[in-house]
Amino acid sequence: MMSTAAIELNNVNKSYRYFALSDISLQLEPGHIMGFIGPNGAGKSTTIRLIMGLVHADSGDIRVLGHAMPVEQVAAKWGIGFASEDMNLYKAATLEWHMGFMQSIYADWDKDYARQLVDRFDLRPEQRMKGMSHGQKVKSGLLLALARRPRLLVLDEPTTGLDPVARTEVLNELMEVLVDEDRSVLFSSHNTNDVEQISDKITFIDRGRIIEAQDKESFLDRWRRVRFETSAGFVLPELPGMTEHRLDGSLGTLTTGNFGTEVREKLQAAGATILAVDNMTLEEIFVAEVMSSRGTASSSDSTGESR
Amino acid sequence: MTSPFVLSQSDGRPMYLQIIEQIRLRITVGDWQPGFKLPSIRELAVATRVSVITVKRAYQELEKDGVIITRQGKGSYVAEIDGLDLKLRREELDQHLQEAIAVARGLGIDQEELLARLKALLADEPE
Repeated sequence: MMSTAAIELNNVNKSYRYFALSDISLQLEPGHIMGFIGPNGAGKSTTIRLIMGLVHADSGDIRVLGHAMPVEQVAAKWGIGFASEDMNLYKAATLEWHMGFMQSIYADWDKDYARQLVDRFDLRPEQRMKGMSHGQKVKSGLLLALARRPRLLVLDEPTTGLDPVARTEVLNELMEVLVDEDRSVLFSSHNTNDVEQISDKITFIDRGRIIEAQDKESFLDRWRRVRFETSAGFVLPELPGMTEHRLDGSLGTLTTGNFGTEVREKLQAAGATILAVDNMTLEEIFVAEVMSSRGTASSSDSTGESR
Repeated sequence: MTSPFVLSQSDGRPMYLQIIEQIRLRITVGDWQPGFKLPSIRELAVATRVSVITVKRAYQELEKDGVIITRQGKGSYVAEIDGLDLKLRREELDQHLQEAIAVARGLGIDQEELLARLKALLADEPE
């Protein structure tokens, strides 16, 4: 049997009065974790709502666990565990009550695992939702999604607002999901550290467009900061993928998203000596990608912005 | 899985290189003998909290270097080569020496001076 993608979006569009998602395509294979990164207001939550069938696209195809969304969302949702900050838990009810409710609906509810998560997440089952702190609410929502052991977890900002200990516990549980190679995770975040460590695939979104989607290793491999020494009369040549450069006396620095022999050779041919080639963190790469994507967008469409 | 590796986000080197180093170290010190079956990629990823793709990359590099061998559908094993631990020991040292050579070159220090510096440092080393 061919394995179907856990999530597949093809050329999805959705317009609101002041915001539009344009031509969103992404694919998540089973057994992988995808980190979905973007600044505030970039369209992460809207994309997640489209995936969950909570919002209808204007055009494009969305398939989740092989089901067309939102038409087949009832069938799809048996296999999806979803958690977001604005999830509706009953304020007057306790965590215990919510766990019992989930157990009555989902046959796959793992009671023992739920108990373990209560301990690991440092929660109290007898506590009512309305008395919980932000972090406790987030962790409760995650517990309710995780303990069903769904084939796909869709988590909107699962680590935002959590203290470092809780964040580590949550990331540990996400990795635990991958013991089973048919299960997948999509999670959005603006914490690039979390994403860098556990993601197989990374998608950057900004201003309603996907600016880059790749496997993490390729991302980290392609981006480099190069430090070099120049001689008198040095002129920086055109280099592939260069997003930023600075010359200070006889020393220079540049950032490129397409590092390789071509960059080395062209720099040397121009009379520069390469002093160091540094790796970049995902955070630095993310900022460079967003800046360069915004830079191109505003120069090619300078009238659009001012309207 | 027991004894997950110690990996550091603030180390500065990519994760896959840290995994490679930890595996090479286990072979060098003799904890993982030739023929030893490595944890599966997924097992190691979960145990070390590092993405599957990163561990996969580390295994691929180790395979390319002849340190491990992957048998289709069976898993990965430490290569059965005589003196593998010595070979890895030497490669580890060479790597550091090559870095020193590159630094010397960047500073305009020639071969003779570099050797002289190494000898001087060795002479200063307490027993």
